[in-house]
Amino acid sequence: MNVPAAWYLVLAAGLFGIGAFGLLTRRSALIMFMCIELMLNAVNLTFVTFSRTLNDISGQAIVFFVMVVAAAEVTVGLGIVVAVFRRRSSTSVDELSEMKG
Amino acid sequence: MKLVIPSIHYLAILPVLIFFGAALALVLASALARGKVPLGVATLTVIAAAAASIVANYFQWRCVAKAGASVTIAHAVVLDDFSVVASGVIALSVIMTALVAHDWAIRERVSGVEFHILALASASGALLMTQANDLIVIFLGLEILSIGLYVLVAFDRHRSTSSEAALKYFLLGGFASAIFIYGAALVYGATGSTNLSTISYFLGTNVLLHPGLLYAGGALLLVGFAFKIAAVPFHLWSPDVYQGAPTPVTGLMASIVKVGAFAALIRVLISALGTQLDTWRPILWILIVLTTLVGASLAVVQRNVKRMLAYSSINHAGFILLGVWAGTIRGTAATLFYVITYAPIVVATFAIVTLIGGVGDEHHSIERYQGLARRQPWLGAALAVLLLSQLGAPLTTGFYAKFAVLASVVDAGGGALALIALISAAIAAFFYLRWAMALYSDDGPEADRIVVPRATAVVIGFGVAVTLVFGIWPGPLVTLAQHATVLFTP
Repeated sequence: MNVPAAWYLVLAAGLFGIGAFGLLTRRSALIMFMCIELMLNAVNLTFVTFSRTLNDISGQAIVFFVMVVAAAEVTVGLGIVVAVFRRRSSTSVDELSEMKG
Repeated sequence: MKLVIPSIHYLAILPVLIFFGAALALVLASALARGKVPLGVATLTVIAAAAASIVANYFQWRCVAKAGASVTIAHAVVLDDFSVVASGVIALSVIMTALVAHDWAIRERVSGVEFHILALASASGALLMTQANDLIVIFLGLEILSIGLYVLVAFDRHRSTSSEAALKYFLLGGFASAIFIYGAALVYGATGSTNLSTISYFLGTNVLLHPGLLYAGGALLLVGFAFKIAAVPFHLWSPDVYQGAPTPVTGLMASIVKVGAFAALIRVLISALGTQLDTWRPILWILIVLTTLVGASLAVVQRNVKRMLAYSSINHAGFILLGVWAGTIRGTAATLFYVITYAPIVVATFAIVTLIGGVGDEHHSIERYQGLARRQPWLGAALAVLLLSQLGAPLTTGFYAKFAVLASVVDAGGGALALIALISAAIAAFFYLRWAMALYSDDGPEADRIVVPRATAVVIGFGVAVTLVFGIWPGPLVTLAQHATVLFTP
């Protein structure tokens, strides 16, 4: 069975949309963080799809860069989440309201 | 199958290598010495690395003068005068920040060595952004820059606002990066390449029957950039992060992020998408109007100077965008001139804010500044000059910077836009002047004398000297900025 490329693109756009929606509506820092990962993986799927349709290998190579960046972000991001959690015993971003104006 | 390794012109990436190499050397030294590297040694390493990078910039300049602009590493990295000048400014900002951070780390009793390592690593990302000729390289530069800054923002462990700001910066920064890279993916799908020169060539020689994909991709790239430069309506993170971050970090963010992001933005919009000028201009128009007006208006109601400077930097971002909107060589030169003059001023301003903030880095209300110039005339006068320069008063570099971008916009047929920007500058003048007046008021609190450590004094003096000397005699900098954009667009 041959799945048209457009379907993959629609799937990727859907994943990206779910990620963006989740990031804007959820209040737990960890879930927001997972949403960013979801968005990055949607981007990877888009790159691979275009790489196939364009018959160009560079799109697949880019995916590795994006994966590395995502891994680096996880390292730093979890560190920051842990630092905040230690201080407040909560990862809800609603409680991050010391600064206003 | 044969693996082809692209040729590398090492001089072109020498500044990036120096910065990253110095960061690695410090990490290694700190690991071998079990974290007992003296702070002074680390500070000197940063200054030496940044100075070496500036020397490398000089040789790059000579190379470009002789052989013209060139691309290297499979066309992904470009060496032209534009990148050379922008890299030089970043290196200078890093030196200034390192000096301020040195005194700050001693005062706050935090480990300054890690601060320097992270600052060097971040700056290498900014350097990469100024040279990027490929959307993926821009993305990598952006991430190297941002990931280091996320940690730097969280650096002050004694203060909960610091980690709170870091979490906000991280979540919104990650969101912006994901949007940016999705934009890159769509542009790749529409044009068949992520290389800026190839995109430009493709768009110049083909007519897109269905430009929707390209427009969506371009719009997402623009949103990603707008987050990074804190353009309204993507600015919401900026005041909180500016306020929560340790003050030397705020200075670093305000300078190198702006230089790196604007250099990359110019390359994307003017080099790659220059043929689509009529499409992106109206979007940028709205962005500029919102950024300048909202930035200036919200700055007026702030009582915390760091938040005030955050909104002021939003207003400046709007002004810098004006030169991009013009889309001409003149506009590009004006943008470059604006960022090279803005970077030293803003680092020096935050150096003074670091001093007044006192131990704990928490005293940032404007009342602290009442009568400062009466108690300490030199410090007060220096801050007054820096504020007037940001306001755009004549005889400071701020005046020429604002004049250059406005002139380029009027030249490109944007009279209304220039007028709106001017109105925002008038609103912004209100809070700069209010702050400057507070410095000279008589009814200040009887506060302790603020000790100005030597390294920070050098930074403040340098910032003031730059704004006054080149404010009275802007010729050399104007020539530099113009020269740097002649060989632009490879």
